[in-house]
Amino acid sequence: MAPALLEQPAQAQTPAGVLGPGAVPVTLTINGKPMKVSVEPRETLLDVLRNKLDLTGAKRVCDRGTCGACSVLVNGKVMYACTILAIDAQGKQITTVEGFALSGGRPHPVVQAFVNHDAQQCGYCTPGFVVAAKAFLDSNPNPTYEQVKDGLGGNLCRCGTYIGIRQAVLEAAKTMKGGSNA
Amino acid sequence: MQPFEYASPKTLKEALALLGGGWSDAAVLAGGTDLISLMKDEVMSPKRVVNIKEIAELKGISKTAAGIRIGALATVDEVLSNPLIRASFPALTEAARGVASPQIRNMGTFGGDLCQRPRCWYFRAGFGLIPRHEGKDLVAEGDNRYHAIFGNGPARFVSASSFGPALVALGAKIKLASPSGTREVDAEKFFLAPSSSDVREVDLKPNEILTEVIVPATAAKNATYEVRQKDALDWPLATASVALTMKGSTVASARVVLGHVAPTPWVSAEAAKAIEGKAVTAETAEAAGKAAVAAARPLSMNAYKVQIAAAAVKRALMAAAGVKA
Amino acid sequence: MPEYRWPEMSKRKVMGKRLNRLDGVEKASGRAKYSSDLNKPGMLHGATLVCPYAHARVKSIDTSAAEKHPGVTGVHVVSPAGTEIQWAHWEVAFVAAETELAARDALKKIKVEYEVLPHVVHEKDLNKVQSRAKAAGEQIEGDPDQALKEAAVVSEGFYGIPVLEHSCLEPHGNVVSWTPDNKVELNPTTQAVTSIRGDMARAVNVPVANVHVHQDHIGGGFGSKFQPDRWGVAAAHLSKAAGGRPVKIFLDRQIEQVIAGCRPSAFARIKLAANKEGKITLWESQSWATGGFTGGGSPPIPYVYTRIPNQRKNHSAVSTNTAPIRAWRAPNHPQASYLTCAAMDDLAAKMKMDPLELFLKNVDLTARADTYERQLKKAAEMAEWKKLWHPRGDSGRGPLKRGLGIGVCTWGGAGHDSTARCNIHPDGTVEVELGSQDLGTGTRTVIAQVAAESLGLRVNDIRVKIGDTNYPPSGTSGGSTTVGGVSSSTRKATLNALEKLFEEVAPALGAPATELEAVDGKIQVKGNPAKSLDWKAACAKLGVKTISETGQNIPRDAPKEGLNTGGVGGVQIADVTVDVETGIVKMNRIVAVQDCGTVINPKTAESQIYGAIIMSICGALMEERVLDAVTGRMLNNEMEFYKLAGIKDVGEILVHLEIDEINDKRGVIGLGEPPAIGGIAAIANAVANAIGVRVPIVPMTPMNVLNTLSGRMS
Ligand SMILES: Cc1cc2nc3c(=O)[nH]c(=O)nc-3n(C[C@H](O)[C@H](O)[C@H](O)COP(=O)(O)OP(=O)(O)OC[C@H]3O[C@@H](n4cnc5c(N)ncnc54)[C@H](O)[C@@H]3O)c2cc1C
Ligand code: SF4
Ligand code: FES
Ligand code: FES
Repeated sequence: MAPALLEQPAQAQTPAGVLGPGAVPVTLTINGKPMKVSVEPRETLLDVLRNKLDLTGAKRVCDRGTCGACSVLVNGKVMYACTILAIDAQGKQITTVEGFALSGGRPHPVVQAFVNHDAQQCGYCTPGFVVAAKAFLDSNPNPTYEQVKDGLGGNLCRCGTYIGIRQAVLEAAKTMKGGSNA
Repeated sequence: MQPFEYASPKTLKEALALLGGGWSDAAVLAGGTDLISLMKDEVMSPKRVVNIKEIAELKGISKTAAGIRIGALATVDEVLSNPLIRASFPALTEAARGVASPQIRNMGTFGGDLCQRPRCWYFRAGFGLIPRHEGKDLVAEGDNRYHAIFGNGPARFVSASSFGPALVALGAKIKLASPSGTREVDAEKFFLAPSSSDVREVDLKPNEILTEVIVPATAAKNATYEVRQKDALDWPLATASVALTMKGSTVASARVVLGHVAPTPWVSAEAAKAIEGKAVTAETAEAAGKAAVAAARPLSMNAYKVQIAAAAVKRALMAAAGVKA
Repeated sequence: MPEYRWPEMSKRKVMGKRLNRLDGVEKASGRAKYSSDLNKPGMLHGATLVCPYAHARVKSIDTSAAEKHPGVTGVHVVSPAGTEIQWAHWEVAFVAAETELAARDALKKIKVEYEVLPHVVHEKDLNKVQSRAKAAGEQIEGDPDQALKEAAVVSEGFYGIPVLEHSCLEPHGNVVSWTPDNKVELNPTTQAVTSIRGDMARAVNVPVANVHVHQDHIGGGFGSKFQPDRWGVAAAHLSKAAGGRPVKIFLDRQIEQVIAGCRPSAFARIKLAANKEGKITLWESQSWATGGFTGGGSPPIPYVYTRIPNQRKNHSAVSTNTAPIRAWRAPNHPQASYLTCAAMDDLAAKMKMDPLELFLKNVDLTARADTYERQLKKAAEMAEWKKLWHPRGDSGRGPLKRGLGIGVCTWGGAGHDSTARCNIHPDGTVEVELGSQDLGTGTRTVIAQVAAESLGLRVNDIRVKIGDTNYPPSGTSGGSTTVGGVSSSTRKATLNALEKLFEEVAPALGAPATELEAVDGKIQVKGNPAKSLDWKAACAKLGVKTISETGQNIPRDAPKEGLNTGGVGGVQIADVTVDVETGIVKMNRIVAVQDCGTVINPKTAESQIYGAIIMSICGALMEERVLDAVTGRMLNNEMEFYKLAGIKDVGEILVHLEIDEINDKRGVIGLGEPPAIGGIAAIANAVANAIGVRVPIVPMTPMNVLNTLSGRMS
């Protein structure tokens, strides 16, 4: 069967459900809103967010799933947007840093804690850390100092802001329990 | 990245029908944590990508008569947090804990981890699994600090999967489906040391999907010990997974499997022999560690990995037996 | 002329306070727009083609297929046929297209034929690269031969530190448009908003006045982001070819890691001699380094302990087929500190002497004996030296060995040339404008603090405007010169503006302008709050006028004025645990005692020190450029095997900033660089203390540690 399959010309009729390789329309649910975009199957969620939807809080740094700067939430779980195909993100709840960091101009407790503890310098890695920290605290509302270090291991910072970040996450855990943000 | 067609079938049958007879026809997309990087680097450029994440039958972790079934789509994080696994197979839990980062553990799947490609920097730079350039053996003549210390070549990459050694130690069975049916492979036989760059490093055909892994119920005490420099986002330098069947306080029989030291998980009969019939102590574990690496043949730069592998075996044995350092 | 001097420490209301950085929420919430985040109307995307060979000649290049690729607006070749390429990842051509995907696809259609030439990429073994080494010649001080004869102890060692990559998280790049009216709009990621304008103007041959630069934020520079670079100039040409549409070119990480900045290596064979008491009498070194193809990179050794009476040194620059170095946070100092402090630590070990004692005993060989003596003692106290230190190698049983080690630093850090403009508007709005940039050091925040202090306002009353060439020129942010420069110019500009405001409101308060002061949001007659106008009311007296005054920091005059100076010392002590079975070094703690001047914001100042130490930990333990001898390429040009420390890898960090009245009198001194110097030395010495032998080559990876312990390191 394999040789036969190979010999078929490329434009032979595509089986049902096969999309691309050209651009196809997709609907992504981003920060609660449906967004229609046209993407090629090979486009990453990160590139679509940044280049097509002007959501640039997630950064492209390593582009290989090794730094965390592109972190977003997918159905509430933290993931690397550079390593997700946009077309594969359909039907899922995508939350970017823009989706929660400020509400009505008020900083999310994680954001405020990062500011209070100066947990950023150049700030390029920071939105990724904030997303990862939110996801971590959502599932670990009462973390110990050691757990914070384990929970934020998927993000790198070149400016060296880890000391502030550890304190910021601990503080945010306290303020979030205060009910200031559901 | 080259353009490709994309499909997201809901059933295994549909998915299998979408695969091809050659590796360039189609690639299976699970968590994508490896495949997408491979495609960006154009180490793999399949014409079609078949997303299997919508296939319900590949999901989940459950108890079966034979042991525990881990679906190919179970994420690394699901393996890490699963209480059944933790209770019976700490060797798997510990392996899961070490994988990369929270993000990778949320994305990466169990099946994908077993099928992921080697991280060898020559392979990733496009020089092939057995990298050569102008007639030169790039690994032997180049920077081989992270390469194999076992095996006779020509493949000198190290098997990347953290679960591999644990599954081999636990005698797991890997189930594969193809359009013509299903088959089952011993975990030990699943990993291969290819003799040419055209051959895969796992016993998987282009039109097959890994569907699940069965880890047989066992009373064996098991553990994994991994040595990595950084706490997260780093690869192990060497690991060891062990399964010990005890008779009282002595080891009746042992499986000792090293990771990141050879193109496949490396079963050390020597280490098993060294510990069998003995109680696990710091001394006997150390001796088993030494035995494990007695036959190592390091390359120009990686003799240090021999020491690390010995330490990993020693510590895995002690962890399995609950002996404090 | 107003009195510019800083108010007395005890009287400051805004300066010296641990305020949150002003752009903190904007950045942490992802709202901040870095140039790499820009999506301008009509913007095109660029892609970069690089050469895969470390040494080659371009025989031919054919771009026709790429030009025809759908969506492509232009191809710009920077290495035409005949170009001799001297390092891998050298830029060959750039493509602009409607989408990033189209640009990348088109790139693959450019056909380049190379004649591959022989290369040299490794410099560790000087004997093997003699033909590529250029010796500076022997430098002699005193009588080294005599000193050697008289020495009671002689310690010899070999030490090396590899090339590191800047690895800024925001890659290098620009958004550029060059419109038909010959105007260039540049959005770079730069440490040099003011001067990059002139560099771009020269590169594309347009009048400087036609170039406008704007940058809100920069995602890391560390010394590597001063120029528009080939990719910026190419973007300009591609924009021009596309009728002036903006072109965005930011480097892919795989290219960024190779050519967008690295620092030189340093290797040395060092001989140190001392008398019986441990007074150092002799330094001899043969050192070498590579700074890439054009050489460069000479560590200032002996470091800090510069006054060793007898010295013989020779340094060779090795040309390799590798990308050129760029400035790196304290250029050459971390290397020099490591070479010197490691040699001193080895001397102490040989004498069976406590290294703390040796470092203390020889402080008179430094330019700041009092400072280092004080700092060594303070750091030792904070690091619990008395309790935790033990003679080298005497670390007890079991595989985990703990050790302590010392590293020292020195740096300048005086302010650069900077002009600030302060506008006071009739509605009370205050703007402070500078063509400067905030590298994440907190520049915006300290400007606001200085302005608020000077005007009797709060930081939120000040609008700081930086990052634009419409504002007065300010120096590049390199050499820790920014804070001194911008604080001084802001101080002068705001006081000059305030003087004008006093003149305007003096009649209303019935007192001469010279009798007025600005305190707590009011303009009042000195010491008499009863006779006052609040800030808004005072500004309303301006009618339709806006006060706009400038102030300049001129480095030459700065010492007289006392607003900023340079010259600091610092001591760091590292506390590590080494697992001798796995070779893994874990950081327990680093203690940093840091000399400083007037500190405007201790919170952001401490952040600088934390960051500098973390960068040192990366360099000491894991970072390293790995090159392949056969292909000449970098093997770890990504962020997986080019290793940077994560949040759990850095241990605890204790900072003691020497903020006090005496130091404060020195004025502002930059702090970005000094704390980034001594960490590698301290960690290296701590490892030696723990395991009993010197790991000669940094980073102290499991490979290097175990190779040392097993005698495989030769
Ligand atoms: C920085 C970093 C560090 C890492 N460290 C570790 C580590 O220490 N240990 C470790 O084990 N892993 C590590 N990983 C790898 C990670 O665990 C794997 O990438 C992941 O588990 C792969 O799963 P996936 O579902 O994302 O696979 P994908 O990327 O989707 O697929 C990987 C490969 O397997 C094939 N494939 C996937 N699923 C199937 C299937 N069911 N049937 C047939 N073929 C399939 C794909 O076609 C592809 O070739 C690390 C990754 C990174 C980026
Ligand atoms: S043998 Fe080793 S070096 Fe070569 S491709 Fe495989 S993993 Fe890479
Ligand atoms: S950019 Fe996605 S993990 Fe680095
Ligand atoms: S703040 Fe600059 S990289 Fe983290």
